[in-house]
Amino acid sequence: MPEAPDFDGWSCPLPLRGQDRVVIGHGGGGRLSAELIENIFLPAFGTSPEAELHDSAMLDVRTAERLAFSTDSYVVRPLFFPGGSIGDLAVNGTVNDIAMSGAQPLALSAGFILEEGLAMNVLGRIAEEMGAAARRAGVRVVTGDTKVVEVGLADGLYVNTAGVGVIPDGVDIRPSRARAGDAVIVSGPIGLHGIAVMSRREGLEFGTEILTDSAPLNGLVAAMLAASTDLHVLRDPTRGGVAASLCEIAATAHLGIEFEESTIPVPPEVAAACSFLGLDVLSIANEGKLIAVVPPEVVDDVMSAMHAHEFGRRACVIGRMVPEHPGVVVARTAFGSSRVVDVPLGEQLPRIC
Amino acid sequence: MKYLDEFNDPIVARQLFAEIERITTRPWAIMEVCGGQTHSIIRNGIDQLLPDNVELIHGPGCPVCVTPVGMIDKALDIASQPGVIFCSFGDMLRVPGTSRDLFQVKSEGGDVRVVYSPLDAVKLAEQHPDRDVVFFAIGFETTAPANAMAVHQAHQRGLTNFSVLVSHVLVPPAIEAIASSPTSRVDGFLAAGHVCSIMGTWQYGPLVERHNVPIVVTGFEPLDVLEGIRCVVAQLERGTAELENAYSRVVTDSGNEAAQRMVEDIFEVCDRQWRGIGEIPLSGWRLSTRYADYDAETRFDVAAIDSPESSLCRSGEVLQGLIKPYECEAFGNECTPRRPLGATMVSGEGACAAYYQYRRLDVPTTPVPVTLSAVAGA
Amino acid sequence: MCLAVPGQIVDIREDRGTRMATIDFDGIRKEICLAYLPDIDVGDYAIVHVGFAISKIDEASARETLAMFKELGILDDELALESAEVESVELRS
Repeated sequence: MPEAPDFDGWSCPLPLRGQDRVVIGHGGGGRLSAELIENIFLPAFGTSPEAELHDSAMLDVRTAERLAFSTDSYVVRPLFFPGGSIGDLAVNGTVNDIAMSGAQPLALSAGFILEEGLAMNVLGRIAEEMGAAARRAGVRVVTGDTKVVEVGLADGLYVNTAGVGVIPDGVDIRPSRARAGDAVIVSGPIGLHGIAVMSRREGLEFGTEILTDSAPLNGLVAAMLAASTDLHVLRDPTRGGVAASLCEIAATAHLGIEFEESTIPVPPEVAAACSFLGLDVLSIANEGKLIAVVPPEVVDDVMSAMHAHEFGRRACVIGRMVPEHPGVVVARTAFGSSRVVDVPLGEQLPRIC
Repeated sequence: MKYLDEFNDPIVARQLFAEIERITTRPWAIMEVCGGQTHSIIRNGIDQLLPDNVELIHGPGCPVCVTPVGMIDKALDIASQPGVIFCSFGDMLRVPGTSRDLFQVKSEGGDVRVVYSPLDAVKLAEQHPDRDVVFFAIGFETTAPANAMAVHQAHQRGLTNFSVLVSHVLVPPAIEAIASSPTSRVDGFLAAGHVCSIMGTWQYGPLVERHNVPIVVTGFEPLDVLEGIRCVVAQLERGTAELENAYSRVVTDSGNEAAQRMVEDIFEVCDRQWRGIGEIPLSGWRLSTRYADYDAETRFDVAAIDSPESSLCRSGEVLQGLIKPYECEAFGNECTPRRPLGATMVSGEGACAAYYQYRRLDVPTTPVPVTLSAVAGA
Repeated sequence: MCLAVPGQIVDIREDRGTRMATIDFDGIRKEICLAYLPDIDVGDYAIVHVGFAISKIDEASARETLAMFKELGILDDELALESAEVESVELRS
């Protein structure tokens, strides 16, 4: 069971039958469930209490030809980590997945699996952070579901979010669009999210000022598309880090990638954390960064647009798509040698060796 | 990071490469014993940039890789037992025993936990008095003092639910075994800097005398590794065989005496099996009989477990520099980082894993045929 | 083997008879055991392996090593210059 942090900012608008913990009945679909929705979810997601609640939300997409549709489940531990929580992660993660198709998110769903006994104010805080993240991204959570499972399951709380977005005309973003000669761009410093979460992991705890970089990237993508609709690939390097994303792009595009290691911005504290734990920063998760593959003709315009945006200030070109060694990603070290960058085998674990 | 970044300077590295090139007139084979040095070499492509005449042979310096299959099987057995919290360094979780690894035991319900420090395992024992906490105490001499402190603390605090599964290995006997082998191609050694920060340098003098090879105590950052190589090559070129310390900011001749005292109390020397090599006499540490109460092997009755190594695995030859990883028939086929057969593929520092991961572009597509010369087992 | 990295001691305290310290790696703070370095002080640098400080960094020695590298660089530049001059002399004659 997660320890509930200090919730000074959260206030419950209406009394919940004096209950301070989630009980099995809250997932039963009856009056307890309705109370949970009315008192926790609706206020957090910005729905007025008088709004009609149906089994499904209805969206007007008459103007759309193509939709982007994505889902992700969030099981991060701990629930609250420096700079964020499972709540904003759940919103930003799905917003970003949709944005990686070039789409603006239209609406999100949120499905909760709660562990019986979860403190109500923990749930309330997470719901509020989801609502705030959604507002920041310019999207709303319009439908959802709640189930409650017995003590010992769900580790406090699991949440799934799904989202749809409309892909603008003339935009075709997917890995097979990459071409030899395209520039590979990273939107900013890497490794922040993974290290922030790790710093609170039991057994590993360390003190750090690092905060997660969890952020909605749909605004950045819109700015990039305004500079040029001819973006070839967008990818957010979450689990598996930059290494996994580059390998996936190279594999799907049947092209090689070559990049200069020293061009990738790494905050000194992230580098230090990786040093003492023996981790490779290229394999660490990011939650507010993207990788873009764009034709050389539009690099300058796209980079200007990125630099002018809050989440792209430190964007830089790190390498190129190349016809050689298709599917293989090669890093050039600061010393001038080369090494193959592989998809990490599994979870990043600290090493002694 | 201070005292780290300066030793990664690419401009100085270029100068060291140039200097090594300048002084090298003949082919030399140099072995680095330490897995951390192998990692630094492969990750930074140091061997790619050295002159062709300088060959690096990656030695058996990874205590994770050389942990014998039988010891892993003991760990798996203990970790599977109900009520046990099995604690380990992260490196060990993917090391396969005869048929599975600790990750799999975890997925089957075993309480396997990664710790950063052995003292975290002691803390767990204090927090869970109703559970048996076992710590997998592996490593070279560098890690032994930390592991020893865990036993010392448990003893001081009267913890009856804490025990250790010990599999320590020692560097000097490994160098002795390699240097003594009639098929050894090693002209000079880079000694493991952090091992020496604990033990000092005095153990290596006799090795230098006995085998007439230069041994240079070397650090881990690229400039440290290059400096170690430069010193060895310089000696070889002028025909000397001496013990040198190229990591003097960290290593003293006498080493860390407080750490040595603790280790002498908690551990005692024993024979050890090295995965891929075989038994090297007096090359390991086990719990001294004084602390027998903390021995997980007896507590969990796994002492009898003894498992054979893979017959396909040729890591012993790779470790001695007799073959390159891709010259082994199993490389990339039966043996990959996901399903490693032996020591050298097991963890990232192993020569085979390093080749597989980082060198796919260099590896010739048709394996070079090799005639097997007699491999002297230790 | 033996991943050990340099950090700076920030504070020192006792935990039930064991000497412990907070070490700083470029802003990362970690609790480590200082039992094996009884003479080290706050402000000193040490290398840390699995939560233990195992050796104090001899800062003077570090500076010497870096200075030696620098000299090597100058030496190499001079040698390169010499051989370039020799080459150009050979070309001229």
